Amino acid sequence: MNTDVQGLKFYREMLKIRRFEERSAELYGEMKIRGFLHLSVGQEAIAVGVMPALHQEDSVVSAYREHGHAIARGVPLESIMAEMFGKAGGCSHGHGGSMHLFHKPSRFYGGSAIVGGGLPIATGLALAEKMKWKETVSACFFGEGAMAEGVFHESMNLAALWKLPVLFLCENNGYAMGTSIDRELSRTDLVQKAKSYGVAAIQVDGMDVLSVAKEAKQAADYVRSGEGPFFMEFKTYRFRAHSMYDPELYRSKTEVDVWKKRDPLLHLEQKLKESGVFTDDNRIQMERDVDSEIEAAVQFAEASSLEPVEDLMKNVMRERGRSEY
Amino acid sequence: MSTEKIRMTYREGLRQGLRDALRKDANVFLMGEDVGRYGGSYAVSREFLAEFGPDRVRDTPLSESAFVGAGIGAALGGARPIVEIMTVNFSLLALDQIINNAASLLHMSGGQFNVPLVIRIGTGAGRQLAAQHSHSFEGWYAHIPGIRILAPATVEDARGMIAAALLEPNPVLIFEHVMLLSMEAEVEERPPHVDIDFAKVRREGEDLSLITYGGSLPKALEAAEILEKSGVSAEVLDLRTLRPLDDASIQKTIQKTGRGVIIDEGWRSGSLSSEISARISEQAFSVLKAPIVRICTKEVPIPYPRHLEEAALPSVKEIVDAGLNLMGKNVRI
Repeated sequence: MNTDVQGLKFYREMLKIRRFEERSAELYGEMKIRGFLHLSVGQEAIAVGVMPALHQEDSVVSAYREHGHAIARGVPLESIMAEMFGKAGGCSHGHGGSMHLFHKPSRFYGGSAIVGGGLPIATGLALAEKMKWKETVSACFFGEGAMAEGVFHESMNLAALWKLPVLFLCENNGYAMGTSIDRELSRTDLVQKAKSYGVAAIQVDGMDVLSVAKEAKQAADYVRSGEGPFFMEFKTYRFRAHSMYDPELYRSKTEVDVWKKRDPLLHLEQKLKESGVFTDDNRIQMERDVDSEIEAAVQFAEASSLEPVEDLMKNVMRERGRSEY
Repeated sequence: MSTEKIRMTYREGLRQGLRDALRKDANVFLMGEDVGRYGGSYAVSREFLAEFGPDRVRDTPLSESAFVGAGIGAALGGARPIVEIMTVNFSLLALDQIINNAASLLHMSGGQFNVPLVIRIGTGAGRQLAAQHSHSFEGWYAHIPGIRILAPATVEDARGMIAAALLEPNPVLIFEHVMLLSMEAEVEERPPHVDIDFAKVRREGEDLSLITYGGSLPKALEAAEILEKSGVSAEVLDLRTLRPLDDASIQKTIQKTGRGVIIDEGWRSGSLSSEISARISEQAFSVLKAPIVRICTKEVPIPYPRHLEEAALPSVKEIVDAGLNLMGKNVRI
């Protein structure tokens, strides 16, 4: 694909995530969305840049800041919004909420809110695929905070030992909730940590969607060709609070402002304008389009029904003999 | 149908059940610590590596959380993994994966992702392995919605429960009691289908019901023999499936005898025995002729020396005394 065409597509996709997250924050204020809500504003380039490298039959495992991943993976926008409203039309029938988005048709396996909990699941998905001799990739998003969890090390070791097709995607936004990376890890060179397991690894600028896309494509191809797992560290930053309850006592406004200058949307906008394929009018039109798409999702969520209480106990155990959803 | 009888041990039963499952379905594979070259820490999978190869009999690193999680992932991906956890205390290292993922995914995903995973876990005390290899956490696991808990107490169940578990589209945890491994029994040569929905009366009786499971079943049966000599007729109910509990069978035996003794190798407080006792009070209060009696492991970490380990565990004598006492035979306990 032509870089400019691809850039415009990426811009629109990132904008959709950005606007979706901002709208979600408003809806949280209106008490339409409850529970924990973790927004990925600032980190959009990673989800948007990685997804084109994945195929339909690949699997995606994510953590709790996953709206962007779900959107970029193609989980229907309205089903994500309805999920956060706790409605039956949600991608998890309203049972999971913001942190537990699941979507079988997209092979989107959630949505894990136990830090690092998705890592062995992705490893096992890769194992099943490898045993079937399929050339698929099991992609796993997590934050740098997960790298302090034992299960990260167990999963890296297992994936490397068995040469499993796992694409480890670490979004290093510098903070495990409110604990900065240097206050959490004795060694902050994440690529080095991955390499110590014999896993191929690179660091990528997570604020530049074109770099993310280019490197992710290469990494996914490597994994798909049977070379074993690959680890990508994306340097990024979370512009908004950790969740809706976070007074942000742990970082300075100056630091946030410095990173905001590297906003992935601004960055790409400038590039596209320099190429002469994008104008302010284009942007305004795109914002309108994206906003109306999101409003349609909000309307869908509003109109969607609640799961009947009589169905509360459904899906605790699947009935025997019924293997398909 | 062949009705030939053969003798085998519980260990051999487990082995046959597993081997048959691996032979029957190429999608089934076994993984865990030392299941391959070593042959399984309790020799259950001896010679499997040679027959099925390293892809289907996978030695894992000592990473319970990762290999149980990988089992969940593989099950989601369409494989049929059987994961072995050497001993129940080690399963605590994988508790996050078992509860937060295996047991929760189906409901949390609105019915999209079921986890057809079988986990085999060695459980129980009696081998002087002290406080980090001897506990009985199956009652704990039975607290959790979203998983099925099996406790084979006979050779036939040891052999047949694997096949039954593999028919389940949900996570199944099988607790294999380490003191039963060498127990021998006569079984049919061709394994019959084992139904995991129901408890089983292992001995009929009229006066009282001994309700138990797993490693305590042989003790209950021995106690019933002794009670018989004192003129007490004890019925013995083997629960077999600890979750979901077969309420109907529990109520049926209590309706019949009006007296119940629950023998549970778990600790008493907040135990499976508490649950069974509560259900009996809820559903059969009016037929009870005496309060329910519970015989459980003493509430200490299991100690190493034999005499203390024995003192900590439910014993045949305790069961007999409880039975005699219930029947007003005036035994001091």
